Amino acid sequence: MDLRDSPEERALRKKVRAWLRRNVPRELRDGPGAEYGDPARIEAAKRWQRKLYEAGYVAMGWPREYGGQGADLRTQTIVNEELVRARAPSLIGMMGIQMVGPTLIQWGTEEQKRRFLPPILTAEEIWCQGYSEPGAGSDLASLQTRAELVGDEFVVNGQKIWTSNAQFADWMFCLVRTDPEAPKHRGISYLLVDMKSPGITVRPLVQMTGDAGFNEVFFEDVRVPRKNLVGELHDGWRVANSTLLHERNMLGSATRTRQLFDRLCRLARTRERNGRKAIEDPFVRQRLGDLFARVEALRLDSYRQLSEAVRGSTRPTAASMTKLVGTELNHEICALALELLGSYAPLTRRSRRAIDRGIWAWEFQFTLGMIIGGGTSQIQKNILAERGLGMPRG
Amino acid sequence: MDFSLTEEQELLRRTAREFLAAECPPAFVRRLASEEDGFSSSFHRGISALGWPGLVVPEAYGGQGLGFLEAALLLEEFGRAAAPGYFAPSYVLAAAALRSASPRLARSWLPRLATGEAIGTVALFEESELLDARGVTGRARRTRGGFVLRGKKLFVPYARVADFFLAPFRLGSGIPLFFVPKETPGIRIEELSSYDLTRRLYEVHFHDVRVPEEHALFPKASPWSTFDGLLLLGALAVSADSLGGAESMLERSVEYSKVRQQFGRPIGSFQALKHMAAEMWVEIEFSRPLVWYAAHLCDTQPRRASVAVSMAKARTSEVFSSVADRAVQMHGGIGFTWEHDLHFWYKRAMANRAAYGDPAFHRERVVSEGLEGRRHASP
Repeated sequence: MDLRDSPEERALRKKVRAWLRRNVPRELRDGPGAEYGDPARIEAAKRWQRKLYEAGYVAMGWPREYGGQGADLRTQTIVNEELVRARAPSLIGMMGIQMVGPTLIQWGTEEQKRRFLPPILTAEEIWCQGYSEPGAGSDLASLQTRAELVGDEFVVNGQKIWTSNAQFADWMFCLVRTDPEAPKHRGISYLLVDMKSPGITVRPLVQMTGDAGFNEVFFEDVRVPRKNLVGELHDGWRVANSTLLHERNMLGSATRTRQLFDRLCRLARTRERNGRKAIEDPFVRQRLGDLFARVEALRLDSYRQLSEAVRGSTRPTAASMTKLVGTELNHEICALALELLGSYAPLTRRSRRAIDRGIWAWEFQFTLGMIIGGGTSQIQKNILAERGLGMPRG
Repeated sequence: MDFSLTEEQELLRRTAREFLAAECPPAFVRRLASEEDGFSSSFHRGISALGWPGLVVPEAYGGQGLGFLEAALLLEEFGRAAAPGYFAPSYVLAAAALRSASPRLARSWLPRLATGEAIGTVALFEESELLDARGVTGRARRTRGGFVLRGKKLFVPYARVADFFLAPFRLGSGIPLFFVPKETPGIRIEELSSYDLTRRLYEVHFHDVRVPEEHALFPKASPWSTFDGLLLLGALAVSADSLGGAESMLERSVEYSKVRQQFGRPIGSFQALKHMAAEMWVEIEFSRPLVWYAAHLCDTQPRRASVAVSMAKARTSEVFSSVADRAVQMHGGIGFTWEHDLHFWYKRAMANRAAYGDPAFHRERVVSEGLEGRRHASP
């Protein structure tokens, strides 16, 4: 066990920190200050990702031939930590970088990798995920969107739902049913769909937060070339499962949690409660102490997972644990922040009285969405109990 | 950066688990519970043969010269087995404190400690149970060539089987630790009957007990020869113990849920129990890195370890006690009986929660030192 940076790591950290100090755009600091779907926000976010990529700090672990640097896991972790420290905005192309990208690196054809990976990094192409359907949420494998192979094309009909970013995404990675006769896990395929294809209709769904963050996506005879199939025909469930693992890690990210917690501490030092600083209130102190220990545990566990990954001994249920713990912790952090805000808690960023631009009420709601998305907490617990502890399937 | 165990550390864990599974099964724990001092000399010979009493004793004194991380790994296994609890106070706390004793004192006692020939214990707390210097009211008076000690210490583990005590007494404005052989005149020991059947606690009276000059350990060389240092190490040891205890209770509950049938199927197939078990498991797994990190800091940056130790203590105490509740619940009525083994761990969880500062005490320290004092060594 040795938690110190090596001299090279220390040098990298210093370099990244200096670069971020000069380059993090002030208006994007600390996350969404504008409407989610605001085109100006999207353009600014794309510019930020591109800039970060050009500086060499995005997906550093990807192979060189697809735009990465073949860097080790530790390198990217150091950069990610510094991004959090600098309160840099999260990347708009996250689903490409964290989900479909790693999936293509594992399962994609050479042609697919060359075609799709580089524009993910530069934010020239934004991706969305077509998994959930109105009748297929936690029971994802019961999805009904059909894709029939006609000649060299799939013809897709059906509907996806809760599709984040579909309103501005260029591509969707999508699960479709290619064999309706097979048992439900075995007739699914994984397709890459151009969102500009004729027959696709995107209808925004307004989230609890008031933002149109996710959408319904309708497919009417949408044609997808066969070369956009990832993995084998009917074998999409296996491919999808590797994407889900990446998603769980992204949702439960320790760095994001630490960022939220640091903001909570800033709030506790400035807000008053019963005529003194909130942080001096014994009840608040107990809650902060508890959260701090759990935030630190999440972070230390991410180091543990990193060390395991470096040695090739990943625990198969670690991603489910991280998702479960990380998303619930985020929500709890926001809940305490709202308590500290008292009557100011529900004010939105449009009110001049709003504290922290109304971000806490927004985050409190958003983080609840993250507890549900990517497999609800209950689904993660089923996975842990059955696959991890070997308890019998019901 | 590497946050993982070395092969030697993994081996120590495996060896401990196998040894304790063979030598300290629940039937042994049960038998020991009804014995006079809660002590078994054959078990003690076993751990001594493995060299464990000398784990943190320097090699120059016949020990293994290992660190608190290794000690934590071992204590986790002791907790898993609900093994008799004199190991931490004697071979971790007392051994660490004695490392900074005068060469003569260290030479005459550390080698005996390392072989298991001698057992030590720490007598830190008094009636007030205050967990800082204010709690030390017992006084030391200087005399020719030594000191006279007077005071009462409570919650002293295994005082009857111990050969010596390490206890803080007030001397002027300082609070040195004093090394006191048990046979010294003026010492009186009374047992404190405790629900925790796996450990023995005593009250020790020091009535004008005379010790020579060199038996005073002043806190110059080592952070571990102070009241605060031993409180920290005690909290670390109990954290590791709780981690193992919680894990053991979870495993027992999961195994039971696979065989116990109700409504015509194993109860482990019901989601209510699955979710309970998954939550317990997650809480345990996320406590582990806190314990490892706290132990690692005690080894590498002892003066900056206190926040990490407090985090570990607060979390493992909460987790062990709530896992214990749910484990009994998962067993139903049988889990509530004397004849079932589960209550050994249940009571150990109660004791661990209170020992060396309860969760609220440690959460407060996490905030005052970690968030306000900025003394936390975050990796």
